[in-house]
Amino acid sequence: MVRLFYAGWLFHLKNLSNSLFFVLISVLQPVIFASIAFFMYRSGQRPGTLLYVALGAGLMGIWSSTLFGSGGAIQWQRWQGTLEIVVAAPAPFLLVLVPLTLATSTIGLYSIVGTLFWGRLFFGVPLDFVHPFQLAVALPATVISLGLMGLLLASTFVLYRQASAFSNLLEYPVWLVTGLLVPLSLLPGWVTWISWALAPSWGIKAIRAAALGGGGAWSAIGMCALLGAVYLALGAVFMKNFERLARQRATLSLT
Amino acid sequence: MTAAVRVFFVGGLISYRALFNWLRPGMYVTTMLGSPLFQILFFTYLGRFTRNENDAFFIVGNAVQVAAMSSIYGMVMGIANERQFGTLSPLLATPANRLALFLGRALPYIANGLVVSAFGFAVSWALLGFSLDAGDVPALALIVLVTTVACTALGMLIGSIGLRARDVFFAANLVYFLMLLFCGVNVSLDDLPGWMAAIGRGLPLTHGIQAARRVAAGASLGDVGGLVVTEALIGLAYAVAGYALFRLFEGEGRRRASLETF
Repeated sequence: MVRLFYAGWLFHLKNLSNSLFFVLISVLQPVIFASIAFFMYRSGQRPGTLLYVALGAGLMGIWSSTLFGSGGAIQWQRWQGTLEIVVAAPAPFLLVLVPLTLATSTIGLYSIVGTLFWGRLFFGVPLDFVHPFQLAVALPATVISLGLMGLLLASTFVLYRQASAFSNLLEYPVWLVTGLLVPLSLLPGWVTWISWALAPSWGIKAIRAAALGGGGAWSAIGMCALLGAVYLALGAVFMKNFERLARQRATLSLT
Repeated sequence: MTAAVRVFFVGGLISYRALFNWLRPGMYVTTMLGSPLFQILFFTYLGRFTRNENDAFFIVGNAVQVAAMSSIYGMVMGIANERQFGTLSPLLATPANRLALFLGRALPYIANGLVVSAFGFAVSWALLGFSLDAGDVPALALIVLVTTVACTALGMLIGSIGLRARDVFFAANLVYFLMLLFCGVNVSLDDLPGWMAAIGRGLPLTHGIQAARRVAAGASLGDVGGLVVTEALIGLAYAVAGYALFRLFEGEGRRRASLETF
């Protein structure tokens, strides 16, 4: 099981890293959005917030790569003609899919590295992390929780023929309601309730608390773990249902 | 002449229905309306936090910019998808007037861009309290039209490159995102480094957004006439370059028998 998991994750990581589209959304797009935000913060003369922006823009990239990668994961397997093979294999389908969704969030790490590097090089962003150890834990915790959220997306979007429509729709709203660049205090109160159910909200809290100080990193990491477990449980149920229905109706390869 | 007109209008409409990937209602609503709506909300709220400009700056900038979604992505699909779908060779084997063939397919995307932009302004009015004098609407509509045409010309240029390049949608995505940065959509050109502002002034959208902001602030069409003419001329330059590349790659494709090879 460990070998299957590791081999799947590594394979998809390499595969996605070779895709120009994923290079665009996990490296170039976050750097462009980080630049826009840097200029906006600069001209608004808000002091001491450039590292805040770089981290937020980096997490935007993790969300984008998870959303587009995981949201379309099953559809792509269909188009490539590999879906029947992986479903028919003796290994549980869930164990094949989780490494893929985790790989989509893992390549999002390029965006964190990219925005920090870009910010340091061109905007003089100080890379002084207050709690490096907490950051070293918060980053993988965030990536894993987003990867498991990706599993939930994959298992939900599969019900719809045009999964990419949802991917196109959900990019900005989640950037907005999880407080990646805009504090939730500026948004209507009900948005906070939505943000609690979304892993990027807790991920950015953990990463910012670790990098900028202020406390609360461990509790946010705990929430990432909890949400990740919930996403996994829901994703497993939905995936089982999808597999059962697809077998019954013989619709596995139909797009 | 009649055949060219038919190719322009009927051919343009058929190509739109056949090649525009986002035409299905589910896809259209989420991608062409939902995404721009949240883009406007995202940048307006970000602007409220950074306090570098007022709401109208972001609303007008993004509501004009979202027209580029149809203009660039759509136009790229309208040209490059002929190659992707394997219909390029039969199309170019016809004696159809090339200029009519090329320009006719732009028309639906221009109309589409106007719809998306109008939707952007409407939701900004409904959700963000954006207001506009009724008398300013015709001038603003004309500016958005000129800007959308100019952006479509850029889309034609990228689409024409798609007759040769392997992955033109990467270029379309990259250009679309870079326009958010370079064209003064969310950051005033004065706040950008000189070289970025200079590139921005050479792109469609920049002058159109400046004109739209001034009209939204109460200026007349005459006051922004120079900006509108500049935007139109920039669009014309990109359209000429796009058509030249289209003909060049058609000729090259015939000579090398590589029209549909990747």
